[in-house]
Amino acid sequence: MKKVFGRPKSMKNTIFHYCAGCGHSIAHRLIAEVIDELDIRGITIGVPPAGCAVLAYNYFDVDMIEAQHGRGPAMATGIKRVLPDRVVFSYQGDGDLAAIGIAESFHAANRGENITVIFINNAVYGMTGGQMAPTSLLNQKTTTSPTGRKSLLDGHPIRISEVFTLLPGTAYIERCMVNSPASILKTKKSIRKAFQYQIEGKGFSLVEILSPCPTNWKMTPVESCRWIDEVMIKEFPLGVMKDLPAMEEKEEKKGGKTS
Amino acid sequence: MQGNKIIGEAAVLAGCRFYAGYPITPQNEIPEYMSERLRTVEGGVFIQSESEIAAIHMVAGASAAGARSMTSSSSPGISLKQEGISSLAACQLPAVIVNMMRGGPGLGNISPAQGDYFQATRGGGHGDYRTIVLGPATAQELADFTMDAFDLADQYRTPVMILADGMMGQMMEPVIFKEPKPRVYSDSYMMRGAGKGKSKIIRGLILDPLDMEEHNWTLERKYRVIAKKETRHELYRTEDAELILVAYGTAARIAKGAIKRLREAGLKAGLFRPITLWPFPENELRDLAKVFENFLVFEMSTGQMLEDVRLALQGYARIGFHGRPGGVVPTPVELANVVMRQYDRKQGIIEHY
Repeated sequence: MKKVFGRPKSMKNTIFHYCAGCGHSIAHRLIAEVIDELDIRGITIGVPPAGCAVLAYNYFDVDMIEAQHGRGPAMATGIKRVLPDRVVFSYQGDGDLAAIGIAESFHAANRGENITVIFINNAVYGMTGGQMAPTSLLNQKTTTSPTGRKSLLDGHPIRISEVFTLLPGTAYIERCMVNSPASILKTKKSIRKAFQYQIEGKGFSLVEILSPCPTNWKMTPVESCRWIDEVMIKEFPLGVMKDLPAMEEKEEKKGGKTS
Repeated sequence: MQGNKIIGEAAVLAGCRFYAGYPITPQNEIPEYMSERLRTVEGGVFIQSESEIAAIHMVAGASAAGARSMTSSSSPGISLKQEGISSLAACQLPAVIVNMMRGGPGLGNISPAQGDYFQATRGGGHGDYRTIVLGPATAQELADFTMDAFDLADQYRTPVMILADGMMGQMMEPVIFKEPKPRVYSDSYMMRGAGKGKSKIIRGLILDPLDMEEHNWTLERKYRVIAKKETRHELYRTEDAELILVAYGTAARIAKGAIKRLREAGLKAGLFRPITLWPFPENELRDLAKVFENFLVFEMSTGQMLEDVRLALQGYARIGFHGRPGGVVPTPVELANVVMRQYDRKQGIIEHY
């Protein structure tokens, strides 16, 4: 019999601790598949965040070093500058990237560090029990916004991908989701592209993944997937926000034709 | 050569290949020097970080990747770095941190002070840990101790702090750079990609309390070895002394000047100068209490090292204190006058702490 589906080599043989219906395990698996396909397990260094994915090093079978809350991109910067030929990725949640670590993330992006950031946006602080995140939607009820997020008091959800797109240092930014087989495949493509660009030395890449958190959203996994489709993507539209290498290639071709 | 630049040069000679830092007075010459100097060596990386916090975590990443790494700052900036210093200690990563102390608390001012002694010697950040702290008092020691700091950091895989002040950073003195020792370290912890082998994890998160306790004791055992082996101090003119001043860094320089004047006035004073502030040379100081009855602590703070001196002497001697916090640098004459007021041949130290 032919084996058609198995555990990626870059993934340890262990069981995820994530809740049923959580998007982290899917995102982990996609990254591991990409690492396998690009054959970079031996040269990849991952930086997990503080948050639900803090134990990511128990799942990825690549070198991994813990970062303090939000400091992943600073740590990844230190590693990458010392070892420019390694592939370095930082895995961060919305609190980690868009709140406590916004400075580290923003400036790593602005410096155009040749690293990849995987940004899990589930609009809530997951591990601490569902508090309001910088990406929580307006009127979204959380444990610290019991009557819903109010813009006057709590500000607005931050669209990280759009903001980072404006920075000249960023090369590739795409927002995806992982709530259906089709969207998962699309996300994998995006992750692959981000890693590929890093290998080619194109600069900072970020893949934002809208990810279900049924436990803290107080929904079933199915309802969570639907909520992303029906509510979340209105605030966080999907798509490639920036693909500088592709744009440059296009320009080059155009230039080639006219000359 | 200027103190801050000496640190930069000594670091590079010692093999420092990664520096990240954020501008803050009075240590700006360190990042400025490093930005130029690291460009001239193979593999040298300089980053002006967006914050003190980012700098220390960049250093952690670079250290994990195998580079000798350093950051520098001054008091308020060092407060910001404590998250990373605690993490370096937890993850047992080597790094060198320079603190050119200024007046505090808060933003304070930019004048030389010694108010960060508690923060430096008690760990500084959260959790059960210690940082090796070296207190240089001369330009030559800035050079020597910076090199030593990298060796100690590698040997014990722990963050090492150079604790000096704005005065030390700005002053100019001649210096001879010693031949750096070859780097001795185990690369077993380094994070450079798993290759074909087993993947590694560097972490400080240990969720099981029993395992975390064991990790705490592992660190503590290391700290005890450091305390036993690495404690340093200097004795100055103590042989015939009737009174011992205790001071470190810039305060020790002033104390030496005061001792000269006191001896001219007929009072035989000597100096005990702790060089490692952690580990504090408590046994060496306690030994002195077998011979001497009177000690006077002088600090450019309201009295922080004073507590270590009191712990070390444990009531066996009389302890006086003179402190000038806030960035005031007193003259040797002032200190000499204070000593003469506070010390009486018959009574000993008059105001006992």
